[in-house]
Order: sequence, then structure tokens, then C-alpha cells
Amino acid sequence: MEAIVLQILNGLDKGSAYALIALGLTLIFGTLGVVNFAHGALFMIGAFCAVTLSKILTLSHVVIDATKKDFLGNPLKVEVPYIYDFVGENAGNIIIDWAVPLSILFAIPIMVLIGFIMERGLIKHFYKRPHADQILVTFGLAIVMQEVIKYFYGANPIPTPAPEAFKGSLDFGAMLGFEANSIIYPYWRLVYFSFAAVIIGGVFAFLQFTTFGMVVRAGMADRETVGLLGINIDKRFTIMFGLAAAVAGLAGVMYTPINSPNYHMGMDFLVLSFVVVVVGGMGSLSGAVLAGFLLGILESFASMTAVLETLPGINQIIIYLVAIIVLLTRPRGLMGKAGVMEE
Amino acid sequence: MFGLRKSDSVLLLIVIALTVFAPFILNPFPENSVMAQFNAGYPDLMQRLVIFGIFAIGFNILFGLTGYLSFGHAAFLGVGSYAGVWMIKLLTLNVIPAIVVSVIVAGAFSLLVGWISLRRSGIYFSILTLAFAQMSYALAYSVLTPITGGETGLQPKVADPRILDAALEEGVTPRANLFGMFMNDSYEMVVGGWIFTFNVGYYIAAICMVFAFYLSIRIFRSPFGLMLRAVKSNQQRLNYTGIESKPYTLAAFVISGMYAGLAGGLLVAMDTQAGAERMFWTASGEVVLMTILGGAGTLIGPVLGAGFIKYFENIVSKINANILETWFSFMPDGISDLFVGLIYPFIGKGWHLTLGILFMLVVIFLPGGLVQGGQKIAGMFKNKKDGSDSATSSASAAPAE
Amino acid sequence: MGILEVQNVNKSFGGLKALTNVNLNVEEGMIHAIIGPNGAGKSTLLNCFVGRLIPDTGAVTFDGQSLLGKKPHEINQTGVSRVFQTPEIFSDLTVLENVMIPCFAKRDGSYSLNAIKAVGNEKDILEKAEQMLVDVNMADKRDMVASSMSRGDKRRLEMAMCLSQDPKLLLLDEPTAGMARADTNNTIDLLAEIQEKRHITMVVIEHDMHVVFSLAQKISVLAQGTVIVEDLPEKIKGHPKVQEAYLGGAH
Repeated sequence: MEAIVLQILNGLDKGSAYALIALGLTLIFGTLGVVNFAHGALFMIGAFCAVTLSKILTLSHVVIDATKKDFLGNPLKVEVPYIYDFVGENAGNIIIDWAVPLSILFAIPIMVLIGFIMERGLIKHFYKRPHADQILVTFGLAIVMQEVIKYFYGANPIPTPAPEAFKGSLDFGAMLGFEANSIIYPYWRLVYFSFAAVIIGGVFAFLQFTTFGMVVRAGMADRETVGLLGINIDKRFTIMFGLAAAVAGLAGVMYTPINSPNYHMGMDFLVLSFVVVVVGGMGSLSGAVLAGFLLGILESFASMTAVLETLPGINQIIIYLVAIIVLLTRPRGLMGKAGVMEE
Repeated sequence: MFGLRKSDSVLLLIVIALTVFAPFILNPFPENSVMAQFNAGYPDLMQRLVIFGIFAIGFNILFGLTGYLSFGHAAFLGVGSYAGVWMIKLLTLNVIPAIVVSVIVAGAFSLLVGWISLRRSGIYFSILTLAFAQMSYALAYSVLTPITGGETGLQPKVADPRILDAALEEGVTPRANLFGMFMNDSYEMVVGGWIFTFNVGYYIAAICMVFAFYLSIRIFRSPFGLMLRAVKSNQQRLNYTGIESKPYTLAAFVISGMYAGLAGGLLVAMDTQAGAERMFWTASGEVVLMTILGGAGTLIGPVLGAGFIKYFENIVSKINANILETWFSFMPDGISDLFVGLIYPFIGKGWHLTLGILFMLVVIFLPGGLVQGGQKIAGMFKNKKDGSDSATSSASAAPAE
Repeated sequence: MGILEVQNVNKSFGGLKALTNVNLNVEEGMIHAIIGPNGAGKSTLLNCFVGRLIPDTGAVTFDGQSLLGKKPHEINQTGVSRVFQTPEIFSDLTVLENVMIPCFAKRDGSYSLNAIKAVGNEKDILEKAEQMLVDVNMADKRDMVASSMSRGDKRRLEMAMCLSQDPKLLLLDEPTAGMARADTNNTIDLLAEIQEKRHITMVVIEHDMHVVFSLAQKISVLAQGTVIVEDLPEKIKGHPKVQEAYLGGAH
């Protein structure tokens, strides 16, 4: 029982990332009809927003500290972040410590801007082109984005820790009445899951309860009719692209403490997220979210020792295997609608 | 010639000439000149040029003719490679069994993958093939390590059984051969400052490529090829015309899988090793790239695309900051630094960046690839010529094309 | 005993009944028109003939064999060709290639993977396709890419593709939809000529009464998913049930 709860919890954080990326992919696909292979790169760029902010915050100048001596007896040179000069040492430390959550504020405008530029500058010209062309051009763009990041940040993962306050783990086992320490869950993963839930809830509420969202949903269902009503759907779709980019970016920002970001993390997540979208059903937002969590949890169950003993290697392939089975038995995915991308 | 129409025969002869004389064509600069870094006439690179040419020719039979975009073709190349190395380990260091078995095994594997994936079309098909390839990659790295060698990959060892060969002496490196001719044997011809290298392995791979190219012409021009183009154009009409498309697309899928297997087998023949990274999805993306860049659906396009990418990958990756500085050294210091700084991100390790940009540019501006670009340029010249003496020839020139 | 017999066919989508106990008897060599108001189930019925839809109950027999459960390509191979409402052709291929494909399908069947012989060496197919293009006055367009032709030419090409298979039954789904009057008349002449020369049985779905009464030798009227009258053209014109269906059904 403990093991099962633990695996579900373990699956939640990866599932959250899948769900967030798949949600953005589906938003773009559902609204613009574009298959965006560069969406994983947006996730990666979000993560590097966090890296960048923490680098900016720790930018330092050298000060000679006369009170300390090095082993030769000379005054010690210490690096002092500029931020100390502005807000003092204590506040500075707190800000540096909270770099990752602060990056959310930093990342939103950047991601929205990148989304706008991408849509207006490139994607817009591909609405009428075949899906193969869309896949290919966004694939090219994804390569470019990840290589640019690699050029500036190098190929190695860059550790970006969570704030001190979230470093510990929660003893879930004790809370649920099992033995102490039987289910240990790091605080940050809990934060990540809650964060994902808030974002997903926000996106759904936005689409459900605002006029803007209503038009977009109508456009997803039947673009031509909405166009006939004289509503400028294109402009709204540009905004949706920005929103999807922001969702992917934020997913990336918050994921940095779980896995140190590197330049190819976007591609790694993209392939799986696409599988998630297809399993959930192309064009179905709730399907994308559901499949994201489902596959995340399934993957974590497949990594249990007991499972691996009977089916070695299953953790590596479970998602693909499920995708193949789903596609062959339910061609439209779990919650897909008829007529979406069937030809 | 060989049952080909005239224009195709000319194309085939051009390809034959290019491959036969490649050691000259790719080595245009004297050995000690500054330009020698642009030479590509060394065996390792020439082998890869033709081997990836085969891979792309095969991929084009599927994607170019039927429009089915597979994102998992590297899996067939990888599976073929493993099969090839096992033949070298178990049977003989002669490359023929390795190549033949690579083709067969890759063909069988693509039959399985194609049979399942072709139940869906469009992006679903792409994702299914991608899923299969990633699964193969993941398995090759983990559970199948006894067969694939996992992270270290698979190489022949002195202690391997090789039941058809005499035992090797201790300490001798097992080298692949064709009836005693070793793949890495070369004859070097020195003419003045030039060195031209004629490599056994290259010519074996080149023969395979010429044959693969010939076969692809035959397929393009056959009723089978016509049906494949009909699948791309209007599958519904084809069904209502009394043709079931699945056997055709599956046959195209398996043929392209076998081409990938041939490429994998040849890679093994040249370097006697195989690793899972050959199956990674970026490798599948690369063959898509080659085909598109050259011109999907055209005969010569994939060969051009493969050659272009592999050549520039090699050349651009070799250029470093020092070389750049010597290029721009004739300029004043500040300006040369600027140029070096601007170009630096795109060379050396930045090759993938260049590739990504190039790829986007081609898809955006030249969906027909290099072949289309060539035709456009040729058309421009033709128009200019027509314009100059339009009074006399425009009427007669128009119906010619 | 007709060449195409439809007995008690029912088809519903979800709760919606599209066809109710449809009976139809198409005699060999005739042009048989199916008319009816919008939503009467004409296209649904046609789709049941070509394997796109499978009736829930009932029987569809063509030339003595049941068509139920057969796939579109199998039905075509028994001798049924279909012309679509919007021309379905191979737009990326040349006109000649468009006509060669059905010739290959007729000669080699559904699965021939002929990758050895060059298309250019298939003399019998080439001759047949070229003759077909001459028959429909398109010989001068043989090397054009199909997508570059006018809509009228595309429809003519589609007709040529179907005829090149020498079908026993030709199904036409609104062959004059969206055409100008002159083109419509050309199409009528073409169909009449085909019928006269080749004696092909045709089933035509049509809205345009001018076309229907110029061509049809027998007419079935479909309303609300069922055949209300099946009779000779002259008897249909004044039939009270037909008037009711068109006038009453519309309001």
C-alpha cells in the first residue's frame, strides 16, 4: 500500500510536466492547427530563464575584506553579489535563495514575447502548409533554440536549487497513518504539483469563464464558422500561442530544482509530450492533462523493483507501449474528437 | 539503357561518374595549401557520404512517393547494424554475410513496425514510428544489453567464434574484409601536390549506392511507383479505383527499411561497430533533413541532400577559431575580430546550429529542396536567354518543356 | 431481376434514422435517377453501395453477389465505379497518369506490386488510357498536371477514369452540381452518349430536374430515408406523393 501511494506521488511531478507541456501543445494544435515540434524548446527556455535570473542575482564584484586574511596573510578577496549593495546582505541572500520562484515573474513576459514572435514571425506562414512542413520547420527551430542555449550556457546541466525552505521532505507515511518514513516526498515536488494544478485550473477557468476563452473554444470547435461571425480569431490565436508558450516556460522554470536543466531537456520532454497528446486525443485539452498524469504515474509504477524484476526494462518503454496500444485500439486517443487530423 | 528512359540513364551515368571519380572531385586542393581543409576525399568521409546517400534514397521511396513521414527510420539502420556486427562476430569477417543479413533483419523489423504504424496516417503515423524507434533505442540501452552491448556498443573481439574463419592470433585487431581485401585498405596516388585516396571500403559502398539508386529509379518509373504517388495524391480515389493502398505503402515502408538496413550493414562493414545512438530520434530526424534538403520525391535529391549535409558537417565542424582568424587576418584588427565573433557560433561545435537554420530556411523558402532551387536558377537563366532573343525564339521555346 | 438490388436497407447514426426499409431495383443498361429533397438520405444510400457505409440491416446485391461488408476497392473490382460530387482525382499527377491508374487496377487487380516493368513500357495500358482521353476530348491535355485544370475538365477526367475501367455500374453523385447551364448540357450529352455507346448501367443522384428528366429512364424518389415512389419519368412528374415530399417536406 505504501509503495503504491509512493509511486503515485512520484509519478505526479513528471506527470505534471507532461501535462503542462501537452496542454500547451494541444492549445496550439487545437486553435492554430499547427503541430509544434518546438514546444519542448519553450519548456527548456523557461528553465533557462530561471538559470539566467539566478546568474544575474549572483553577479558579483570583488571586494577586499580587510578583516579576513588568506593563508599568506594578505587581505582576503571576496566576491560580493551586487544585490547586497542594493538591499543589504540579509535581504540579498533571501532573494538569491528564492531565485527559482522569482523567475516566474521574470519568465512570463519573456515567454509571452517569444511566443508572439514565433507565431507572428514563423508559425503564421505555415497555417496553410501541410502538417509535414509544420513538423519540419518547428523541428528546425527547436534545433536552433537548443543550440543557441548550448552556445551561451554550455552543454552541462546547471544545478539550480530550490529555496532553502523547501529543501526537506515531507513524511507522507506518518500523515496517512503508515509507518514513519515509509513515504517520503520532497517538498519541492509537492510545490511543483500544486503549481501545475493551479496553472491547469487557471487555463481551464480562463477558457471556460471569459468571453475571450469562449471565442477561442468556439474557434477550436469550428474555426470557419467563428470566422464567419466576423470575429478576428487570428489575433486571439496569437495570444493563445503566447499563453501556451508561457505555460511551457513556467513548467520549465519550476522544474529546474527537480532536474538540473541542460540544453536538450526540451527535446527529451517533447517526444514524450507528443506521445501524451496523442494518447489523450489530439485537440482535447482535458485528454492531454489526463494522459499526462496517467502516463507519468504509469511510468513511475513501471520503475518499481518488483515490476522490473518480472518485466525488465519496462520503465523505459511503457509510455511508448501504451501509446501504440491506445492508437491501435482507440484511434482518436482517450478523449479525442472525431475528425481531428484523421487524414 | 538497363530498361531506363533516356533522361534517367543520363542521371544514372552522372551518379556513376560522380561516385567513381569522387576521390578526385572531393580533393580539389593540393595537400599543403590553405584550402586543403575543404578537401573531403578521405576514406572515412567518402564512405559516409555514399552510405547516408543510400539511407536517404530509401527514405525517399517512402516519404517522397507516399508522403508518409516516418520519424523512426534510424531504428532500422540501427537494427541492421547490430545484425551486421553479430554476423562478423559469429560467422566471418567477410562483409557479405553482414551486409545481407543486415538488410534481411532490418526488412523483417520494418515489416512489423510498418504493419502496425500504417494503420494510421498523418501525424499519428509519424508519432507511432517515433514511438517504435524510441522504444528500440531505450531497449538497446537497457534490457537488450547482452545483444547490443548497451552503452559501450558492439564490436568484434579476437575471441569471437567466427565459425567460417581461421582463428586470429592474439593481439591482432579483427578487420572486416571482402575475400581478403580489407575495408580500410587504400591506394594513394600522388600527383604533384595532390594526394588522391582510393579506398576499398568506399568503392564497395559506392557500388551498393549506385545499385540502390538504379533500383530507386526503377521503382519511381514502375506502376508500383505510380501507385505510391497516387497514395500521396488522393488515397480515397485510389480505394474507389479498386486498389487497396495498404499493401503498397507497406511494401514502400519495408523497401525503405531494407535500404536503411543496407546502410547500417555498410556502416558496420566500414567500422565494425554498432551503438544505440544510431537509433536515437535525432538520427531519424537527420535522414528526414537530408531528403527534404535535397528535394523529397525527386530521384537525385536525397543523394544531394545526404552528400551536402555529411560534407558540411565534416568541414564546418573542423573549422575552429584559429582558422577563422587566418581567413580574416587581411582585415584591420577590430573588423576581423568582429567577423570572427559573428561567424564563430556557427562553426566547429556550432554545426548543429547552422544545420537547424539551414533546415528552416529550406522548409520556408524552398520546400522542393536543392533540386527545386537548381531548377529555379536554371529557369532564371533560361528566361534571361529567352528575353534577349525573345523575338525569334520565344514561340518555339515555350512548348519544349 | 435488376443488376443492383437493394432490399429493406436500414441505417441509423446514433438515434437518427437515415434510411428506413429502402428498396431499390436498378435494371441493367438503364439510367436510374434517385431524387429527393435535402437530407432525404440519397448520399447515405450511395455510400452503402460503395462500401463507405455498412447498412445496419438489409441486403445490397450487385450482379448476383452481396456487397455488404466489402471494402471500397473490392466493390470497385466487381465492376462498380463512382463519380464524386466534388471531383476526386489525383491532382499531383498528369492527366494521362490519372487515367492509367484505373486501367492498371482493372488489369492487375488490387494488390499487384509491379515494380519491375516501367510504366512507359506498358503498351496496352498506355493505348487504352490514350484512347479514353480521345473519347472524352481530352487528348490535348494528356501531359497537364491534373490540379491545373478547370473544374469542368476535372469532372470530365474523373468520368474518364471511371469509364476506363469498363464498369458494369456507374454511380454519379450530383454530376452537374455547381455547373453553369452550358456545362450542364455538355454533361448531359456526354452521359447520354456513354449510355448509348457503352450500355453502362448508371445510378444518378441529382437535384437538377432538367438533368434528371433529360437522362433518366427510371426515377426513385427518396424522402425522409425511404423510397416513396419508383416509376417512369413521365409518371413521376405529376405524382401527388412527390409533390408532397418536395413541398410538404420543405416547409
